[in-house]
Amino acid sequence: MTLDPTQPLSFSPFLRLQWEEAQQKHVILYPEGIVELNVPSTEILRLCDGTHTAEDILVELEEKFNQTGLKNDIFGFIEVAIENGWVS
Amino acid sequence: MAGSVNSKITPPRWLLAELTYSCPLQCPYCANPINFARINNELSTEDWLRVLSEARAMGSVQLGFSGGEPLVRQDLSVLVAHARKLGYFSNLITSGYGMTEAKIVELKEAGLDHIQVSIQSPEKTLNDELAGTESYDHKREVARLVKKNGYPMVLCVVIHRKNIHQMRDILEMANDLGADYLELANTQYYGWAHLNRDQLLPTKEQFEEAEAIAQAYKEKVKGKMKIYYVVPDFYEDRPKACMNGWGTTFLTIAPDGTALPCHSARELPGLNCPNVKDLSIHEIWHHSPAFNRFRGFEWMKEPCRSCPEKVKDFGGCRCQAYLLTGDMNSTDPACSLSPDRQRVYEAIFQARHDAESAVAKPLVFRNPKNSKNLTF
Repeated sequence: MTLDPTQPLSFSPFLRLQWEEAQQKHVILYPEGIVELNVPSTEILRLCDGTHTAEDILVELEEKFNQTGLKNDIFGFIEVAIENGWVS
Repeated sequence: MAGSVNSKITPPRWLLAELTYSCPLQCPYCANPINFARINNELSTEDWLRVLSEARAMGSVQLGFSGGEPLVRQDLSVLVAHARKLGYFSNLITSGYGMTEAKIVELKEAGLDHIQVSIQSPEKTLNDELAGTESYDHKREVARLVKKNGYPMVLCVVIHRKNIHQMRDILEMANDLGADYLELANTQYYGWAHLNRDQLLPTKEQFEEAEAIAQAYKEKVKGKMKIYYVVPDFYEDRPKACMNGWGTTFLTIAPDGTALPCHSARELPGLNCPNVKDLSIHEIWHHSPAFNRFRGFEWMKEPCRSCPEKVKDFGGCRCQAYLLTGDMNSTDPACSLSPDRQRVYEAIFQARHDAESAVAKPLVFRNPKNSKNLTF
């Protein structure tokens, strides 16, 4: 599956994204696994709420972090997230 | 020292709650101890609620409700609801026996995240024979209902000599049932599987053929079905990194409250595993001699002690070392560098002998009668 930046993205209903106090990190929980997330990845996944597209996420995060040129990083991560079934 | 935290000790991220040894099935590869029928005094609901709270406070997050058959426990939904409130990601590991759609819905409402259903074989006759109970049609129906009710469909098939030739059909079955995750678990030879090893261990050729089929299929269904392939370590050159290292990640609580660094550890003599009725999870994890026994590298004998790979495999499995050599401190003979490697070759030889024999040994089924007859 490749990324269509105009399609809304949703986080998988089979997984859970939550803050883990013991690790001081956000994690993705799925059957038989845990993935630790850094701050930018968490911000991206939180916006995968069924309404935001990849383009919306890019605009919103560039504004939030007051930075430009994040497209490759953000779209790259979303592609990984789609490949892993975290997002569709 | 009580209450203090050794910063080198990582939290028990993975908690396996073995709620009961009762089970309507009799699988001859069960990982429960042979003497399960002599272990009574199941934990009360209050004990389990406390265990879940204490472990969560220490950083446990992946939770498996297992057994025996966990559905036998009448308080399952209460425990699931408590686990959800605490923020666990919880998994019910079930045979499906006794499961109804009403129960599937009730558990979902209580906050259960997924249900792992085991099927013994894609063929009804063999499934029912291995389970020791007629269960095939119901298992398939449970798998369908799990999917229908919005859970990820997690299917588990334990692989051994009686079903390894069915690998193609196993994969097709998983596909038909809409499995999102498929665990192909080559039998690990502990508990009842150890007892039945001659009858269950496949030949190397069988393993290689089945693995090639499974790996090819894994590529084919990539992105659709996630396949976990648990390797058969008797045919490997290096041992598995058992439990990700002793006392680093996994905590099992047995039905009577015995806290174990792995689900087979109660077979190890003189380990004296602590019990949650006497000590807190914190005390057990950080300070009990049993949990500290094989932490780090100091306990290792040669060839592990000076081996650069010890940081990868931690010397392999302590229970396997004990079962094959009689000494739990030995290098796991699944490693080709082990001085006891011969034990693995003998096991393979004996199993092949049984496979080629005109009068194969019968399987010993896991039930209370056999448990009592085999133990004191």
